[in-house]
Amino acid sequence: MSKIVRTVSELLMAFVFTFGLYMIMHGHVTPGGGFQGGAVFASGMTLLVVAFGAEKVEKRLRASTLSVLESTGALAFIGLALGGVAVGFFYNFLVGSSVFGHIPAFGPNRGDMWTGGTIPLMNMAVGLKVIAGLSLIVFVMALAVGKGRSEQ
Amino acid sequence: MTQCISNIPFLAVAALIGTGLSIIVFNRNLIKLVMGITVLEAGVNLFLVGLGYRQDGGVPIYTNACHTNMVLPVPQALTLTSIVIGVAITAFMLSMIMVIYRHTGHIDAKRSRTLKG
Amino acid sequence: MRCFAANISLAIVIVFLAVSALLVHPFGDPPAQMDEYIIKHTQRETGANNAVTAVVFDYRGLDTLGEATILFTAVTGVVMLFRTRKGQTTR
Repeated sequence: MSKIVRTVSELLMAFVFTFGLYMIMHGHVTPGGGFQGGAVFASGMTLLVVAFGAEKVEKRLRASTLSVLESTGALAFIGLALGGVAVGFFYNFLVGSSVFGHIPAFGPNRGDMWTGGTIPLMNMAVGLKVIAGLSLIVFVMALAVGKGRSEQ
Repeated sequence: MTQCISNIPFLAVAALIGTGLSIIVFNRNLIKLVMGITVLEAGVNLFLVGLGYRQDGGVPIYTNACHTNMVLPVPQALTLTSIVIGVAITAFMLSMIMVIYRHTGHIDAKRSRTLKG
Repeated sequence: MRCFAANISLAIVIVFLAVSALLVHPFGDPPAQMDEYIIKHTQRETGANNAVTAVVFDYRGLDTLGEATILFTAVTGVVMLFRTRKGQTTR
């Protein structure tokens, strides 16, 4: 891509990534969550791939690393779900404990980050999974297109 | 009659689903088929969101909420599920089309005999 | 002939959709016992302010597990379609 696109995407990249991570971290108090934040982060990755080309990005971040990250996210999600299996699958066993354990009173409030039990942790696991999965799809398809073009 | 006027969003859902179905039925181009499936998906998502709307309801989030009259959270959660599945399936379909194009040289569903059976 | 049959069946489906759109509950007034329960109890039971996230990750966690499985399968399928001879992905 041209120099203008590369410069603008370099500037925008930091904001897009920060916004995606913010959506993942604050998923239990504000609109957002693991899937949405992961999609925003992966769209930033797509911007990188479009601007700089898949081969150049792939030198910094290998596709196999992304695959490992995705499996890690999935395993963390299932592990968190199995944590409350004494009561039931997906039981929220961290509510009231010392980790993310505050319980807000009923009604509108200002938003306390230290609430939600397993929900923020599951947001992070699913966010990692979605980031890695969607970025991997974009990477692999872009690499395949580039390879097909160079063969012709 | 009031029922007719108040149900216009559901009529829009019917229009979207009809459009998507007609695209799927009358096109042989595989890329256009994927577009039709995406339009159909948009119709289903609109149906789910419209199903959970409540008059003058706010977002179902208590942080800095104005009142506790909220729209229904369960259809919104199911819409989230549906959107993510749609993205994954669309990516898979598009990569299948890339492979088909590389093997046969065209993306016409009628002409590719290898797709049958 | 085949195109004619497709036209007829498509028209039937669209008419069915339009009629059933008029037969759903009135827009803006859904039946909501389950959602009322979730809106009332989400803060006490899960501690989360965001009711949608509470539904996704707590009340209906199994749905999310299936969704994650579908995402994983789609990613695996895409990577598998574009692998090369050596078994290494995309290289």
